[in-house]
Amino acid sequence: MRPDNSELTVGDMLLRHGTSRRGFIKFCTAAASAMALPAWMGPAMAAQLQHARRPSVVYLSFQECTGCFESFTRSFAPTIESLIFNVISLDYDDTLMAAAGDQALSALDQAMKDNFGKYVLIIDGSVPTGAGGGYCAAGGQSAVETLREAAKGAAVVICVGTCSSFGGIPYADPNPTDAWPVSAIVGDKPIINVSGCPPIPEVITGTLLQYVTTGKIPDLDEHLRPKAFFGTTIHDRCYRRPFYDQGKFAKSFDDEGARNGWCLYELGCKGPTTYNACATLKWNGGTSFPIESGHGCLGCSEPNFWDKGSFYAGLSTAEWGKAGESSPRQVLELATGAAVAGGALGVASAGSGRLRQYRSEHPLNDDPKED
Amino acid sequence: MDLLGFARGWGLKIAIGVFCLGVVWRIVGFALLRIRRDFNKPRKSVMKYIAAGLLTAGSRSWPHREFIGRTGAGEALGYSYHMGLFAVVLLFTPHIVLLGSLFGFTWPGLPSSLITIISVLTLTLFLAVLFRRLTNRVMRLLSNFDDYFSWFITMLVLVTGLAATAHIGARYETLLAIHILSVDALLIWFPFGKLMHAFYIFPSRALNGALLARKGATS
Repeated sequence: MRPDNSELTVGDMLLRHGTSRRGFIKFCTAAASAMALPAWMGPAMAAQLQHARRPSVVYLSFQECTGCFESFTRSFAPTIESLIFNVISLDYDDTLMAAAGDQALSALDQAMKDNFGKYVLIIDGSVPTGAGGGYCAAGGQSAVETLREAAKGAAVVICVGTCSSFGGIPYADPNPTDAWPVSAIVGDKPIINVSGCPPIPEVITGTLLQYVTTGKIPDLDEHLRPKAFFGTTIHDRCYRRPFYDQGKFAKSFDDEGARNGWCLYELGCKGPTTYNACATLKWNGGTSFPIESGHGCLGCSEPNFWDKGSFYAGLSTAEWGKAGESSPRQVLELATGAAVAGGALGVASAGSGRLRQYRSEHPLNDDPKED
Repeated sequence: MDLLGFARGWGLKIAIGVFCLGVVWRIVGFALLRIRRDFNKPRKSVMKYIAAGLLTAGSRSWPHREFIGRTGAGEALGYSYHMGLFAVVLLFTPHIVLLGSLFGFTWPGLPSSLITIISVLTLTLFLAVLFRRLTNRVMRLLSNFDDYFSWFITMLVLVTGLAATAHIGARYETLLAIHILSVDALLIWFPFGKLMHAFYIFPSRALNGALLARKGATS
């Protein structure tokens, strides 16, 4: 898997593959556009990339479903082939690489040794720490040990997917494997979170490309996500937003409102609290995104999205328990209990008030029964 | 649990519990207080003074002809912002979704953009009400902490709601959490401050009207 031409610059690699300068600038402009960077960044990116040595990338998968990597492989701009053949040197990835067992692990050791302090470490999946790290281990080493060791020599850690960014589904209650996000374990390296379950392919490749191109950490939000992709909510950019403003809401997934493309807020859409580029970049090369396909946003790029109540309860509904939805019966029980207690307090207050009234009217007679 | 989870989970649960407890406590407490016995002979029959009480509950909701010049503007202001509040609370779809999850039924709402306009107008009226309270000497002397705090907490709900809708000042989920927390705070304050007038206003008018009718006076 590990190429022997890792010292070549990106420009050298492109020449070797017969890519024209025009084609390369077009590629960079498309990538800059995908990252919402200004148009002049395309040529600047091309100039920078042409002379840049292809950075070593180590991709480690821990407690995950490989959905994020599947997403990564479906990037249209830039494509994963163009990235790994021209821009980066993907030195370790246990899903793509032909090597296995000791050969694969020695490739990992070699990549980390040769590029110490310079490689990009991509993590996919949460890190289970329960049972001494035994829930996820490879080559006799637990995920948490592998992560600590790999992070030591990394220039940057890019967490791909909600599991590595925020713990994701493994981290959800009751978190049986005692899983943690990467940021809880790696504290001394710059971290970029590319959350999503899975993340949008172009957001993964775009973030990687932006770092490789500029050598700098992009502007990040409070959850360490690139603002270029996670700067606005899905609701703000949703094509159904005008229906929200008009007060037109689908009441069920097959009613007339749903067929007319009305807002899915009442059906549980989490678009207003979800920061991602789904409504703008979309999926499958800009074909569609979940809301366009008729389903509300699940909020999968937000921390703890699995524990935030029902996917089908409106965002403003009350959360009463693990089911995530309030039930009128529970409310009635609460209100009745409180009202009974209030009634008892009211009777006591009135009794005390009556006694005060009596005493103020009969200062010499303390016993109201004698009145 | 994040702030939004707390605000619409435990926070709301506690607030609704305190609201129900407090409202029933105060209503029962007042209802069972002894009304001083009136030894005068009733000027009207029981049915007539009950009817007069009910009539008064309605007639006092409109400015008296004699004072309309002096009180009309204030009452118009009061009615306007109350109607604004009703529209915002009961006809904004996210609110209907919340109330639907609590009570089990929903009703049609108004367009969100119209609610935003109504909210801004209501906010303006709220400021006008405060200005009137501060500039009118009699009202200023009559006002205490309860008046200002009740105004403040209602205003807070309105302002945080608008900020959440317009995404001003923080991330939406934070603004939404603050908005719901302000509603929680309002529900907790409600039974113990002057907001309780929502429950007292008509019974107290009716009682006054009935007692006056019993004495043979018009109300």
